[in-house]
Amino acid sequence: MKLPADFLRQDLHATRRSFLNTAASGLGGLALGSLLSQEGLLAAPAAGTDPLLPRQPHFPAKAKNCIFIFMAGAPSHLDLFDPKPKLNELHGQSLPESMTKNVRFAFIKKETAKLLGTKRVFKKYGQCGMDFSDLLPHLATRADDLLMVRSLHSDQFNHHPGQLLMQCGRGSFGLPTMGSWLTYGLGSESRNLPGYVVLNSGRGSSGGTTLWQSGFLPSTYAGVLFREQGDPVLNLANPAGLPPELQRAGLDTLRQVNQARYDLMRDPEIASRIASYELAYRMQMAAPELIDLSGESKATLEAYGVNRADPPNGGRGKQGETAQSFSRNCLLARRMVERGVRFVNIIYASWDHHSNLDKELTYNATVVDQPIAALIKDLKERGLHDETMVVWGSEFGRTPLGENRGGNENATGRDHHPFSFTMLMSGGGLKGGQVYGQTDEIGWGIEDKPVHINDLHATMLRCFGLDHLRLTHRFQGRDFRLTDVGGKVVEDWLA
Amino acid sequence: MNAFRRYHFLFLLLWLVTGSGWVFAAPDGVSFSRDIQPLLAQKCLECHGPDKQKGGLRLDVREEATKALESGEHAISPHQPDASELLRRVLSDDPDLKMPPKGDRLTSADAGTLRAWIQEGAPYSQHWAYAPLSRAPIPVVKDSAWGHNPIDRFVLARLEQEGIVPSPEADRPILIKRLYYDLIGLPPTPDQVAAFVADTAPDAYEKVIDELLRSRHFGERWGRHWLDMARYADSDGYEKDRPRPDAWHYRDWVIEAVNADMPFDQFTREQLAGDLLPGAAPGQRLATAFHRQTLTNTEGGTDQEQFRNEAVFDRVETTGAVWLGLTVGCARCHSHKYDAITQREYYQLFDFYNNGDETTYRLPPAPEALAAYEKAKTVHEEKAAALKRKMEAATLEAEAAQSAWENLQRQAEPQSTAAWHDLRLVSATASVSGVTLTPEKDGSLLAGGENPEGPVDYVLEFEAEVPKPLTGLRIEAITDPRLPGGGPGRMEGGNFVLSELSATLAGKPVAVASATADFSQKGWDVGTAFDGDLKTGWGISPQRGKSHHADFRFTNPVPAISPTRISVTLRQHYGQQHTLGRLRVQGITGDPSVLPPPAEMLVILALPPEARNPGQQKQLREYFQKKVHPPTVALADQLDQLAKAAPKPPGEEVRVLVQRTAEPRLTRILDRGDFLTPKEEVHPGGLSTLAPVKFRQDGRADRLDLANWLMDERNPLTPRVLVNQIWAHLFGEGMVRTINDFGVRGDPPTHPELLDWLAAEYRRQGWSRKALLRLILQSATYRQSSRHRPELDETDPTNRFLARQNRLRVQAEIVRDIGLSLSGLLSDKVGGPSVFPPMPAEVAALSYAGNFKWDNSTGADRYRRGLYTFFKRTSPHPNLMTFDCPDSNTTTISRQTSNTPLQALTLLNNETFAEASQALAVRALGWEVGDDASRITLLLRHCVAREPATAETSLFLDLLRRSKAYYDGHAEEASALTARHRAPNRPVSESAAWTAVARIALNLDEVITRD
Repeated sequence: MKLPADFLRQDLHATRRSFLNTAASGLGGLALGSLLSQEGLLAAPAAGTDPLLPRQPHFPAKAKNCIFIFMAGAPSHLDLFDPKPKLNELHGQSLPESMTKNVRFAFIKKETAKLLGTKRVFKKYGQCGMDFSDLLPHLATRADDLLMVRSLHSDQFNHHPGQLLMQCGRGSFGLPTMGSWLTYGLGSESRNLPGYVVLNSGRGSSGGTTLWQSGFLPSTYAGVLFREQGDPVLNLANPAGLPPELQRAGLDTLRQVNQARYDLMRDPEIASRIASYELAYRMQMAAPELIDLSGESKATLEAYGVNRADPPNGGRGKQGETAQSFSRNCLLARRMVERGVRFVNIIYASWDHHSNLDKELTYNATVVDQPIAALIKDLKERGLHDETMVVWGSEFGRTPLGENRGGNENATGRDHHPFSFTMLMSGGGLKGGQVYGQTDEIGWGIEDKPVHINDLHATMLRCFGLDHLRLTHRFQGRDFRLTDVGGKVVEDWLA
Repeated sequence: MNAFRRYHFLFLLLWLVTGSGWVFAAPDGVSFSRDIQPLLAQKCLECHGPDKQKGGLRLDVREEATKALESGEHAISPHQPDASELLRRVLSDDPDLKMPPKGDRLTSADAGTLRAWIQEGAPYSQHWAYAPLSRAPIPVVKDSAWGHNPIDRFVLARLEQEGIVPSPEADRPILIKRLYYDLIGLPPTPDQVAAFVADTAPDAYEKVIDELLRSRHFGERWGRHWLDMARYADSDGYEKDRPRPDAWHYRDWVIEAVNADMPFDQFTREQLAGDLLPGAAPGQRLATAFHRQTLTNTEGGTDQEQFRNEAVFDRVETTGAVWLGLTVGCARCHSHKYDAITQREYYQLFDFYNNGDETTYRLPPAPEALAAYEKAKTVHEEKAAALKRKMEAATLEAEAAQSAWENLQRQAEPQSTAAWHDLRLVSATASVSGVTLTPEKDGSLLAGGENPEGPVDYVLEFEAEVPKPLTGLRIEAITDPRLPGGGPGRMEGGNFVLSELSATLAGKPVAVASATADFSQKGWDVGTAFDGDLKTGWGISPQRGKSHHADFRFTNPVPAISPTRISVTLRQHYGQQHTLGRLRVQGITGDPSVLPPPAEMLVILALPPEARNPGQQKQLREYFQKKVHPPTVALADQLDQLAKAAPKPPGEEVRVLVQRTAEPRLTRILDRGDFLTPKEEVHPGGLSTLAPVKFRQDGRADRLDLANWLMDERNPLTPRVLVNQIWAHLFGEGMVRTINDFGVRGDPPTHPELLDWLAAEYRRQGWSRKALLRLILQSATYRQSSRHRPELDETDPTNRFLARQNRLRVQAEIVRDIGLSLSGLLSDKVGGPSVFPPMPAEVAALSYAGNFKWDNSTGADRYRRGLYTFFKRTSPHPNLMTFDCPDSNTTTISRQTSNTPLQALTLLNNETFAEASQALAVRALGWEVGDDASRITLLLRHCVAREPATAETSLFLDLLRRSKAYYDGHAEEASALTARHRAPNRPVSESAAWTAVARIALNLDEVITRD
């Protein structure tokens, strides 16, 4: 019987290395056997049918993988990264009307709003002297690896549109997300895991599944959610009572009958379907191995805090054992990157601290601080840091004004703030140990080097060797790109 | 005409293949609409176009562009590039002269194109899509024997030019399966296939078409195509994404309209402007829900005017995409870069919708619903009447019993009647420092100070003189404006959780036996507030902002001691500020379940019966009957319950559009689409590339004028677009491959004359969708085999010439429908509220703050067709999304088709499909056939319609043998695999083996492919 030559050859060529790596770690025996035994039959050249085959970027680049840690809900830059002594000094005072006149707020009542200083204590860390508040002691130890951008700004000040802008480059529906664009541009190195994976800790975000949609790109480029309960990937496990040997036997039957159809109809989509079943089968073995942390050393598990106790005072950021879940997701992200997954999006909501800022921010920061620091350190120790871009960020920042919703005088939180916020990045060809951009003395507007989210995306793509102007997809007569109609590469960030 | 001829002529010229596809090659190299118009639009028209004419120059109209300017120069001097100021300016480096003055210059290639075009005489031609429909004669072909109708002549003429012969007709089983999949989205049964194969009548094929066009499932299949464009969903979208329980009424309207073959012009008018039709019928008003499928943002802190504008943008852009095949959205911010759509024109269209207000409309009930209601009402009234009769009898008895009760009441207060006593507070402390408990005048305590996230215990010491044995304690949770949400708890919103109550009397612990509360939160019952478990407790959400009380009853009453030292510990361990804000503790004597008469009754009781006035007599009688006398109390309760269960009159409110008449909005161009920066005012109008809008009334314009304009017989674009959409559903690709772009950047049609012929035919047939479908389905072009032809791989790799049919993976909903239909599980109910087929709970939990619960449907609703699945925009059903179902946030003209491992996993393992394989196995085991081989053969015929090859049958037989061998030795696995469906009177192992086989059969590529 002849093989559907269209796919397997490509499949094997492109992935021999990672595939054998997987096999070497004791996996995929059957699938490997079934593929390799047929390799000799692969003769006729044909067009590739796997849209996720790795592709060359526009120009050489360091970054290969991205771990995007999305802090949905908007953390306060003023209490974490951007110390403003002047704000503390002016605590309790109103802003001049000229400053707020043309500004829209989600909840703040302008007439009576007062500036809210921070209770946090800031210190400088690393050789570069990067500021962190007392809430992030672990991340602070990575100061010299980190690029801290204090001058991000957004166009959206409501959560869902803001989150879409951060993920898709524009606050609209129906567009591909960052991970879609990256896998669309570069394919994926992994032949037995999805190229674009989503991990979620805590409660659901405002954007829900729209944050990993593929928009007008095929669903091949949509994020695949790895779950904490049940199968790591939806529908991964065979139906109860169906053993692996019958799964293989069934898939062999299926392959042969589908192939007979292919031989007759010559439709490459059939070959593609056969390939997708083989990948599904490999995923059935690779995904459980991926999430099995039993091979990780005690030191690693401890470093990430996989078994730590949940911090007190959860508030809206807590759902279940949030800290353990987040630690685990950071560790899983490293394991995914090791296995060739192109884009990992770790989502953690909610940082929407309209009230109770001090307690809830403390909780959230404690949840994320240790594991992210551990992740960066771990990536470095494993030599993965240069090829892995880690990004920490959200849809916008929070106001220097205290939130006085409904005229409440006792402000304990901050409102949505699109005019300036901070993000952290590391690795992947970025120049760490630098603080970029500057906000004004109360952390309201940007004084130096503003960076629009489109610029952030343009620069991220550049690190992956992609020209944001050339990575396009024609849809409804328009050449769409991740950077919408904007985007300027920030050269200063590049190592 | 001229433009079209030119175009058509070009079309006969050669095609070039490049790596990216087909490129149109014209002999002269320059096409105005393709090459020049976009250049002008991008670089010049902002200042020299319809809106502005700087220096008196307008470049989008040839007469203007070629006339002598104020300066005496000619911007364009036909055939004389060197005398054309336009070219000189775009090439100039002089900052005072160069054009465009700002932004990127023309590339040298663009300038060269411009020069060549002027050299040729600067012809302005109309883009093909806006040109009138051609009336090209039906072509003459060499092989006049091939084909069934004019479609085939157009297609064959083209094939003959290329020297290609068409493919043979597909085999009969494939043909009937194709019709079933395309028209109703369900597979034919083996009997239906056999009957068709055996039917030698010349109209056998047409009979199947007619039968399927009559099927009520036709409306589901073709209605769903329309719902993609309507961006139909069952929820609001955006963060909160609230459900829209009324949305399905519109979905059903579409299904019915399609089934009734409502002419498309009417279909258009009713959906865009049904409310404006004379004497608008309920269905016509409902139809305007088409444009209520826009998203609604109820996220906190949004500006509703911003999102109202967003919805209007969406209405304009959806209209542009669906009816005009154009991306008008670009012109929201600036005049279109490529297509002739100005920003002004965009806002002219915007104006039609700007005064369409969102409102709701109460649907008159369907006759069946009304009849059902009348029936239920009668039943209910009968029940009520029977109860009332019982009540009357019981009342008579009650009157007799009342005097005995009164006598009892006049005696000394009975031991058993409960009383509540205030206790004297000695001290109150909280376990967390900073939390204060301040006594209020009424004996209650107000919590203040710190509001910790962690556990807080209140320890309260009282001293009380209790006259009688103490039977329990009451905890009152009292509202207070100083508390968040008015209390009574300290959590934002006012909830609290009392995890555990314990008490000591005179230093000895007292055991609590039971507790009752006026209200307990679901899952937080007061009965768990003394169970020793700190994870449970008493909460009161959603009845926050109201006072509540709970009575804890001791196992053994504590004898009256005077004075009694009472210590009460209230443990509150839920955390997150779920603590009591204002509370009072009272001692209980007597039986809390036996209530004493209220004070006003005691007053009446104290009077001798003859001294009571009639009002008092009535008050006491009613009190006795409703609150005291068990038989009448029970009956009164039943009457109450019955009243609550009274059937509600049918008729639901649906979201619709209605014309705003009071204070109509003026439309202004919005600078860069920002609603906060309105510019000059505009009036309604269409696109200048099409015939002008005819207004029914001078000075007034509404959506009906817009609908009429779209369907105007002078409009050639819309019928082309509509025909192309339908063609694409039957061939996988449109004749215009860029289905959603008929602009200059889109592909020209593969068969321009056929497209125009069909467009004219569609209109001629009164916009009958069914007539158009019948025409296409009858063609030999449609009936061709879909087998790929390697000999055409070089010349026509993507089948533009239509030398064969295309194979198409069916849509997400149909993948489900086919699996369920083959297994016999599918419910064939048409319409009704959306349903919730099985989905893991944590998928729904991913929606915002886990605010959505997906309750799996049961019974027949578990097996409804895919299009009835409740569509939650921020967390849609994964089975749909995995198979490329659109997210319905914006209009979808054509779906993507991907081929992913997640699809494989879904078909192999998902609950729905796993269940289908069990049911299919049961079905197969029920067939009366001889041996396993015959059963396998029938199973495969059942799944793929065609006769399986021997090799295929033997592969499946082999799988069956292996499966049997396994399940014979694994009883537990066999019963697990057949958990939901198992053949009666057969060994479980056999059901299991056949399930394993049926599962693979259902996964065959052919099952989910329209061959």
